[in-house]
Amino acid sequence: MLIRRWKALRKKGILGINRRNAEFTLRYNSRRQYPKVDDKLLTKQLAADCAIPVPQLYGVIRMAGQVRRIHQMLSNYEDFVIKPARGSGGEGIMVISGRTQGLYRRSDGRLLEPEEIEHHVRNILSGMYSLGARPDKVLLEYRVQFNPVFEPISYQGVPDIRIIVFFGIPVMSMIRLPTQMSSGKANLHLGAVGAGIDIATGTTLDGVWRNRAVIHHPDTGNPIRGLPIPEWPSLLELAGRCYELTGIIYQGVDIVLDQKLGPLLLEINARPGLNIQIANNAGLLPRLRLIEEKHDELHDIKNRLAFAVQHFGTTF
Amino acid sequence: MNRKLHLALLFLLLCAAGLSSALYKALVLSFPLLPEATASLWQVEASISFNSLDIPAKLSLFLPRSSKAVAVVDESFISHGYGLTMKQTKLNRTAIWSIRRSAGRQQLFYRALIRPVEGQAPKLPPPPKEAKPEFAGAELAAAQAVIADLREHSADTETLTNSLLQKVNDRELDDNLRLIVGKKPDRFKRIVAASRILNTAGIPARAVHGIRLMQQTKEAELEHWLEVHDPASDSWLPFGRDIEEGQAEETYLIWWRGSAPLADLEGGSRLRVKIALTPSQEEAIDSAMARAQLTGRSFYEYSLFSLPISTQTVYRIILLVPIGALLVVVLRNIIGIQTFGTFMPVLIALAFRETELLLGLVFFTGIIVAGLAIRFYLEHLKLLLVPRLAAIVVIVVLLMAALSVITHKLGIERGLSISLFPMIIMTMTIERMSLVWEENGPFAAIAQGLGSLLAAAAIYLIITNHYVEHLVFVFPETLLVVLAFILLLGRYCGYRLFELFRFASLARD
Repeated sequence: MLIRRWKALRKKGILGINRRNAEFTLRYNSRRQYPKVDDKLLTKQLAADCAIPVPQLYGVIRMAGQVRRIHQMLSNYEDFVIKPARGSGGEGIMVISGRTQGLYRRSDGRLLEPEEIEHHVRNILSGMYSLGARPDKVLLEYRVQFNPVFEPISYQGVPDIRIIVFFGIPVMSMIRLPTQMSSGKANLHLGAVGAGIDIATGTTLDGVWRNRAVIHHPDTGNPIRGLPIPEWPSLLELAGRCYELTGIIYQGVDIVLDQKLGPLLLEINARPGLNIQIANNAGLLPRLRLIEEKHDELHDIKNRLAFAVQHFGTTF
Repeated sequence: MNRKLHLALLFLLLCAAGLSSALYKALVLSFPLLPEATASLWQVEASISFNSLDIPAKLSLFLPRSSKAVAVVDESFISHGYGLTMKQTKLNRTAIWSIRRSAGRQQLFYRALIRPVEGQAPKLPPPPKEAKPEFAGAELAAAQAVIADLREHSADTETLTNSLLQKVNDRELDDNLRLIVGKKPDRFKRIVAASRILNTAGIPARAVHGIRLMQQTKEAELEHWLEVHDPASDSWLPFGRDIEEGQAEETYLIWWRGSAPLADLEGGSRLRVKIALTPSQEEAIDSAMARAQLTGRSFYEYSLFSLPISTQTVYRIILLVPIGALLVVVLRNIIGIQTFGTFMPVLIALAFRETELLLGLVFFTGIIVAGLAIRFYLEHLKLLLVPRLAAIVVIVVLLMAALSVITHKLGIERGLSISLFPMIIMTMTIERMSLVWEENGPFAAIAQGLGSLLAAAAIYLIITNHYVEHLVFVFPETLLVVLAFILLLGRYCGYRLFELFRFASLARD
């Protein structure tokens, strides 16, 4: 039975962790480029150089002595996000959606004392969320106002869009929809719904929730399939241009769609996860192999996007 | 592909190097492949006692010699206050104890270990060209009469020797022999007489004395037999032994040759020599090492066995770590179990070696659960990271001490070995687990915790296997094979077992 399943996965071209590491990330990605994506502050600065839009930076806290100044730094902003510069997998991100009577309101509605904010910032600084517990920086940035088209299929938080990019060509994409279970976080292993996106048309496919295929969003009950993502071509272009930004050959680009500002680059991942295959009900391997063959002829961003649209639609 | 070829060659090279070295040791040098293989040895002890006469005393004792089937090793002499000198001739070895003054009953000991070997027979010298005359006067006449009688009833040296032995071993000696052997004829006197008669007849012969390595005894009986020179093969052939040729060599320990008695005392009285024999077992590994030393192979000087015993015990554990590392690779990259910290399960498994599995699992779970509870309490105090970790270290140490005391009171002595638990690793595990608990929920935290425990238990079961432990310690070169497999697994691109379940929905169509 397991052997049959193995063969079925092989046939579908499902990429496993071992092969992703040995034949893609270790083979193509140069470790020298990793700091560009591991440090989100650096990513932000590089993105600005390439004119790629990112959420506006309100301030950076680099050492413990600055922690008390955080309230002053944020005094002009009603809502904001606190995140570690080196965090991974969405760990350590705190979203503040408003204030009342000197307290901060977290996105799930809980009110926080100013000291609780300071404690969280100190935890980030001492490296609680960074790889290898290295001392970290704290970014204070713009809270994305998500586009109302996603309202029917998300609960509280901001849905984000992950696009796998190989040699600057978008390969596969999904949208991660927060649920009550994931407490508003767009993290699949916390219980967010992942839904594939047809690269050619930019419309959503069926979703996957806790490793099960789902047709309706578990909280709102609305169908997931068939939602056209606004500004899809510019999303694809943003993802494709991240190749020039980082020089990382196999990467996952996380984008949010802001109501007013359009697509904003959130972060880039040098070892993107494999759940995207479940959300798309398709394997990455055949698409990656096709690009390995053809990427020599595709340098211009226009050609790369056209190649993706031509080859990686749902019929692929 | 070039990289694949490179890796395949490296794999084959490492395997060939490791396996060939291990096979050489196992097959040629007889290092045991299985643990607890034993070789049989004999321990002999000659105890000499006599009454001292308060005058200078000198005692000489023949010592046993190695033959082609047995080796005499680890000799020791216990003789307080005595001077000891050794004398070696072509035929015999002699120890001579001497003292200027002594009083009362004296006791001296000689001890040695007799080990079966496959060696070369020591070359015995040919008989002297001109034999010294053995007899004179009436004895000579008697001897000549016996020889004349034997010659008449025999065809060659062999039959002559055999019928002489038959005659001297008769209960009732004839008159001629009685004259030669003397009063109170014992085995020793009879055989010595036979050798002298043969020498008088122009047949080079001598008496040989030794013991049979047969059974444990406090007083081994000396055996006496003849060696007669065979001019055709220029060798000495034994006559008059009870045991047939084949097994005889490893059964007899030759003590000395000639007509002199075993021990000789000057300046004392009531000499008594007792030879005790004890069979003993030793691990085959020691016997292989000893064999290697006897044959003088320097290979061994650089093995782990040349280290002091205390260091050897450390290496017995250290050499298991690579096996644990290989298992971690298999568990993580082939099966896909998630654990806290890559090599944490190896360290936990090593600690389980001392506590044993069940108790170890209970202790480990207990400390982690208690540590987690306290960690959640500390969370309210909003401590900084490093002080918080330090606080957990203190708590873990206290918990370990408390558990040791409790188990000691309950009489579970194994509980004391809890002190070997890697406390820093446990602290990090508690911290990581509480983070995963908060970020990804209790389910993920408990799943990863169980994964770590499961991995530790699996590694424990394999590294405590006697066979595995024995193999890596006696044949450390097998670690090259382990390295080869780790390198090979480093290029394993197939699915992990858990991925087959993770992607289950994709396999359905």
